[in-house]
Amino acid sequence: MKLLTGNDLKTGDVIWWAGGEWSRHVEDAVDVTDKGESLAATEEAARRVNAPYVIDAVATDNGPRPAHIKDRVRALGPTVRLDLSLKPADPHAGNWVI
Amino acid sequence: MYKYDQYDQSIVDARVAEFRDQCARRLKGELTEDQFKPLRLMNGLYLQLHAYMLRVAIPYGTLDSRQMRMLGHIARKYDRGYGHFTTRQNLQYNWIKLEDCGDILADLASVEMHAIQTSGNCIRNISSDQFAGAAADEVTDPRPWAELLRQWSSFHPEFSYLPRKFKIAVIASDEDRAAMRLHDIGMQLIERDGVVGAKIFVGGGMGRTPMIAPEIKDFVPYEDLLSYLEACLRVYNRHGRRDNMYKARIKILVHEIGAEEYARQVEEEFAHVKTLGIDPPRAELDRIAAYFADPAFETGVSDDIDCSDPDFALWLDGNVHAHKRPGYVSVTISLKPIGGIPGDASADQIDLMADLAERYSFDELRVTHSQNIVLPHVKKADLYALWQHLHAAGLGESNLDLISDIIACPGLDYCSLANARSIPVAQKIASRFADMNRQRELGELKLKISGCINACGHHHAGHIGILGVDRKGTENYQLLLGGSGAEDVSLAKITGPGFDEDGIVDAVEKVTDVYLANRAEGERFVDTYRRVGMDPFKEALYG
Amino acid sequence: MTDSFTTDGVVDNALRFRDDEPHEEPAVTLDSFLGQSNATAVRLETGEDARALLPHLDRLQLIEVSFPVFRDGRGYSAGRILREAGYTGELRAAGDILVDQIPHMRRCGFDSFAPDKPVDAAVLQAALARYDFVYQAAADDRTPVWKLRHG
Repeated sequence: MKLLTGNDLKTGDVIWWAGGEWSRHVEDAVDVTDKGESLAATEEAARRVNAPYVIDAVATDNGPRPAHIKDRVRALGPTVRLDLSLKPADPHAGNWVI
Repeated sequence: MYKYDQYDQSIVDARVAEFRDQCARRLKGELTEDQFKPLRLMNGLYLQLHAYMLRVAIPYGTLDSRQMRMLGHIARKYDRGYGHFTTRQNLQYNWIKLEDCGDILADLASVEMHAIQTSGNCIRNISSDQFAGAAADEVTDPRPWAELLRQWSSFHPEFSYLPRKFKIAVIASDEDRAAMRLHDIGMQLIERDGVVGAKIFVGGGMGRTPMIAPEIKDFVPYEDLLSYLEACLRVYNRHGRRDNMYKARIKILVHEIGAEEYARQVEEEFAHVKTLGIDPPRAELDRIAAYFADPAFETGVSDDIDCSDPDFALWLDGNVHAHKRPGYVSVTISLKPIGGIPGDASADQIDLMADLAERYSFDELRVTHSQNIVLPHVKKADLYALWQHLHAAGLGESNLDLISDIIACPGLDYCSLANARSIPVAQKIASRFADMNRQRELGELKLKISGCINACGHHHAGHIGILGVDRKGTENYQLLLGGSGAEDVSLAKITGPGFDEDGIVDAVEKVTDVYLANRAEGERFVDTYRRVGMDPFKEALYG
Repeated sequence: MTDSFTTDGVVDNALRFRDDEPHEEPAVTLDSFLGQSNATAVRLETGEDARALLPHLDRLQLIEVSFPVFRDGRGYSAGRILREAGYTGELRAAGDILVDQIPHMRRCGFDSFAPDKPVDAAVLQAALARYDFVYQAAADDRTPVWKLRHG
């Protein structure tokens, strides 16, 4: 599957296209199929996202898992500061990245 | 400490207003990201993996308590309660909002700080010796010269769109504590016939093509310095490669045409530039130097230290450096607790270090290129009290220059350029060697980790270097041996095939075992490596 | 909507910081300029040596320096070199020029601008008026702060 991701223009937060809106949680991301580039252009022009790009991901029972480690780190947060990540309560959250 | 006059303050304030405007234009959509990028980069604002990152300049690594507290304040108010000290003596915030940038810069300007030219293809923060003004072995304090260069390079109209970034380091002793010859320009201040001037090295650097800067001029007196540097930069700006960003640093130009030819072109350009009258008078250096006058050191203070506390004795043995004045030392506060993140400091720790500087070090702090903090002027009689404060705050690690005093870039945990994570590797290595006796047995051992070939973690200059690479989507770590960023500067060589995360920790342990088995009396790790060569290490790793 | 200057190869008056009449003759390439004796306007591509023009400065009325991409800063050196050699004619920066770069170009001696994309008049005005002081001497007449400090 293909995901569309980028950063929030004002806050810099990592965001994912969730179909109709942006979410900070990769679990909400939807498959953009071949519409990623055109969506990216529209959303960037409307300043709802900064520096968007399309990535490959795999659908899993727990939601989409980005194919590249860099995007998995983006999806979680720094593995060395899980307290600052999106899953601060899960001490094993880093395993998902590797 | 340098203090801004009306001109300095006016320029920095204008910069705040300018960048505030540029951010507003971006937020309103008047600038696209492509148009905004060169503007934000000229002010140290990156879009990193998780958020915007802001790099704040700490000119030549010197700051006072008020400035340090402001760094803590910004961490707390606009970021997530911490900052990261870098190998170029700067500080990075990892979680910055674009809409806050103007306010952050205004807060910085209120304590005479800025983020000017902390990125972009321009002259970056001037770095220097962390013991400047305190070291027993310096010819002069290099900081007035560095401040002169800070002013000259700020908003330089000709050199703001160079082929690539440009880093300058200034030192004033034979011992090199600033990796001077691994800079685009390295300056060593020396004295000749009673006159202080600069020996100039050009074309060093790390990155994917590491090079040690060759000397291109044996002596440039103050009166010619800016003309000479302007000539160095102009030759580079005109002739540096722009066809390939990986070959655009000045080291490639100097390497391709040769140091002699480069020096000849600089001489020719200098002969012209010198006629333009761009060199400030001696009075300007004197004006700046007056701000760096010695603090009110006490005389007749004792050199005795009560070392009856063994933990304190250990720290004392490792973390203090000789001072030019009797009864004083420079103290290095390690930001490398075992299992911690190299170079990170919480807002509370930042505040505490500011308080301790005020109380024990004439209000001064320094940032080292090894990502530690220095209190430059501490009375020996105060050391025990100081250490107790540090120890209680988790800042009392006595591992300076030992294997757990690791330089590490932020790596893939934070950086969008990285191929592999650096910090977890640093944490695992430090934990493996957590036993202080074992670390001390290994002695001086500089271990440096980069998460990609750009080498922000100085892996080429590590006695042991580690380079993280991406091997088919998984993190892989190459091991290098024999580098040094000090006066015995050398470039590390790769041992062979890389390792996974646990494998690299084992590999480090194996090479330290080879060292222990082969070392001669008084030899450091790197000395043994230089004497016995790569083979025994390779044999242990891959044999 | 604020005013913006479109150029289409013609330099708008607001992007020309000179009082004399705009030069009419089209700029020729460096090669053809050096090959003919009567041209008075030349275009210097990035990477071409500005010093090749030094023997001919007194007959030149317009030198156009190209900036093919905003990142390519060679033209800043070209501008200063020409002014340092005493050139007083029109010095035009042409190409991929960002409005925020124009103040530095002015300091390097450029006095007219032909940017590929329109420049916002209000933004340019603010940018040019932004800094009351400069740290270095350059090809303009601004006094560096070290001189203000020491008279």
